[in-house]
Amino acid sequence: MTAYLLKRLAIALITLVLASMVVFAVLEIIPGDPARLMLGMNASADQVELLRNQMGLNAPLALRYLHWAGGLLSLDFGRSYTYSVPVIDLVRERIVVSLPLALIALALSTIIAIPVGLFSAGRHGRAGDTIAMGAAQLGVAVPNFWFALMLIYLFAVWLRLVPAGGFPGWSAGVWVALKSLVLPAIALALPQAAILARVTRSALIEVLNEDYIRTARAKGLPFRAVLWRHALRNAMIPVLTILGLQFAFLLAGTIIIENVFYLPGLGRLVFQAITQRDLIVVESVVMLLVAAVIAVNLLVDLSYAVVDPRLRSRQ
Amino acid sequence: MKLWKTILTAAALVLANGASALAARTDLVIGITLEPPHLDPTAGAAAAIDEVLYANVFEGLTRIGADGEVLPALAESWTISDDGKVYTFKLHSGVKFHDGSDFDADDVKFSLDRARADNSVNAQKGLFAAIDTVEVVDPATVRITLKNPQSSFLYNIGWGDAVIVAPETADTNKEKPVGTGPFKFQNWAKGSSITLIKSDTYWGAPVSLDKAEFRIVPDAAAAVPALLSGDIQAFPFFPDPESVAQIKDDRRFKVVIGATEGETILSINNKKPPFDRLQVRQAISFALDRKAIIDGASAGLGVPIGSHMSPANKAYVDLTGLYPHNVDKASELLKEAGLENGFKATLKLPPPSYARLGGEIIASQLRDVGIDLQIVPVEWTQWLDQVFTKKDYDLTIVSHTEPNDIDIYSRKDYYFNYDNPTFDKIIADLNHTSDEAKRMTLLGEAQKILADDAVVGFLYELPKVGVWDAMLEGFWENAPIQANDLTKVKWTE
Repeated sequence: MTAYLLKRLAIALITLVLASMVVFAVLEIIPGDPARLMLGMNASADQVELLRNQMGLNAPLALRYLHWAGGLLSLDFGRSYTYSVPVIDLVRERIVVSLPLALIALALSTIIAIPVGLFSAGRHGRAGDTIAMGAAQLGVAVPNFWFALMLIYLFAVWLRLVPAGGFPGWSAGVWVALKSLVLPAIALALPQAAILARVTRSALIEVLNEDYIRTARAKGLPFRAVLWRHALRNAMIPVLTILGLQFAFLLAGTIIIENVFYLPGLGRLVFQAITQRDLIVVESVVMLLVAAVIAVNLLVDLSYAVVDPRLRSRQ
Repeated sequence: MKLWKTILTAAALVLANGASALAARTDLVIGITLEPPHLDPTAGAAAAIDEVLYANVFEGLTRIGADGEVLPALAESWTISDDGKVYTFKLHSGVKFHDGSDFDADDVKFSLDRARADNSVNAQKGLFAAIDTVEVVDPATVRITLKNPQSSFLYNIGWGDAVIVAPETADTNKEKPVGTGPFKFQNWAKGSSITLIKSDTYWGAPVSLDKAEFRIVPDAAAAVPALLSGDIQAFPFFPDPESVAQIKDDRRFKVVIGATEGETILSINNKKPPFDRLQVRQAISFALDRKAIIDGASAGLGVPIGSHMSPANKAYVDLTGLYPHNVDKASELLKEAGLENGFKATLKLPPPSYARLGGEIIASQLRDVGIDLQIVPVEWTQWLDQVFTKKDYDLTIVSHTEPNDIDIYSRKDYYFNYDNPTFDKIIADLNHTSDEAKRMTLLGEAQKILADDAVVGFLYELPKVGVWDAMLEGFWENAPIQANDLTKVKWTE
């Protein structure tokens, strides 16, 4: 188990270092001068040069990489070019939106998907299964920004139950803040739930064909008990893998939903930073997200061991 | 029991509504599409900075009013010497910055000297180029001496980039702006909103609003539901012209279509063959159908232009008839230029929808006369780098939103690559002329030359689409500068 853990950690570290190089290099290659962007069309070339110097953009590439990567090691993420505040402060402001949103969406998606998957697998090939999977297919196919707009028109414009968008901040009260996350969470959760339900179903169907299931049924266990106790647990590994991937996606890949609901989340921070060529913000936030994805994958790997005792004893 | 509950609820509702009828609302949520990168108007070109802060939080010696006129602001009055070189400003007394410190002539000298210093990164440094010295005569008087007479000087110091800041807070204005205006900065929830509240120490006419929140709504599709749900009550620069018809029918809202200072043009690289030939540029002008472009790219709301001047400007001359849409004439001109078989060129398009939508239409119009355009979409940063700085382009579409900026055609090394000594002479003369009638004549001549030379394809003036709650009044109809002046905005009952 320890060797397994150490190996995983080593791989994670190497991935981080490689990712930092790729992220830095790619962003440096993209054309566009942040100084010119800040000063606009009326500024002279000399002035742009002056600002470039002030922003430290004229230092050699390797030196800037080392400076940045060295900072990351001591958890110093640098200062934003455009906002001129520490990147870590920007991240802290955004993560309090993105993290709860991702968690709520993930919880919703799980709560919907697992029962639907169980339902469908239990009725494999019958009408209920066909209807449920048809709905799931629809859930995957419907563009989430369109679905989000429909939710807004229904619940915010017509029924006026929740705000159409924006985030008042946790200081406005937990309930008020949660209310503004409900619609985005639903809009995010549904397509994910559809995918997860399909994965759960197919994993279950595969397990249900195993010999031990027949044995369990043969010894007189009701189908329901077999489904829940024996099949579901054995079908968990692909489900957990997908869940891990979905969490990573929900944390950073929600830019479209964040735009439609004008939520100040991490996805929008990165998007804005890219359009403003606020390279240091993009680089640092992307690195944080890489770290988060790696950490989640690590956790998923470890959770395999929890659901599957064989993995625990193998080492 | 249940009946009582119903009656009580009804009574409470009536009371609540009655109470609100007595006192008009004093809070307002305004939608903006772009978040300012920071909150210091003297340190960036982003229009979003002025949209929040100009006239609300920061003030200059003069200011620009709703129709583009120059109004006194922190300077109560001024005198100009006979040679037009010495401006003496008398300042308002009893003016305080939002941090409680007093405003006086030293702050004016500090601000202007800072903006024009060698190491200044003020985005509009050119505004201050004519200033020779700024002297403090006494705490309430400032004397500014110019190197040469400059007729636009009072206008120039009315820009957001020329606002007066205090030395103690100048370096922290990006995060926590401190000005002299009727509103003071309260809070900036990054990515979300910026909140201003009424300043109790304001020197001028008090404002009606107690609180104004600028909420950032980046997605045009989200702007309509935000208005309809009542979350946002005003969108002075409404981002979704396609939805205007829908909102116009809703009596809860007012839709006001005004003019901006944004001349939307098909920029041409005047040094790059075959665009260096007048016939080719004129052929392009004849090939353009402005009406179709306006309908397709701005939902029919833009006003056609024939040269580089806003139709809302006093100096505007209507030159839209010079090159009417005429495919035969365009083909004829191309034939004269020896290009009867047409040619290929690229059209680089920055992200705004006026460029991306307009580009498609223009490409198809030019194809009709044999010019085969390859469309290249670019990001803003790429546009600034490739097109604007390196002049590596054939054609591009962009809106020049700076007010009164016809002089850009006389700038050396500007991205049009246009060089015409006669035009340069007019701009130079204009700079030294303060007589209003003469100025109008010169501006008229300047417009004429640009149109005759078909320097670029003049398309239309970018409209300002304002949408707000029908109970609100006092917003600007036009946008002589990109700002949301809230000083006169109030709720009516």
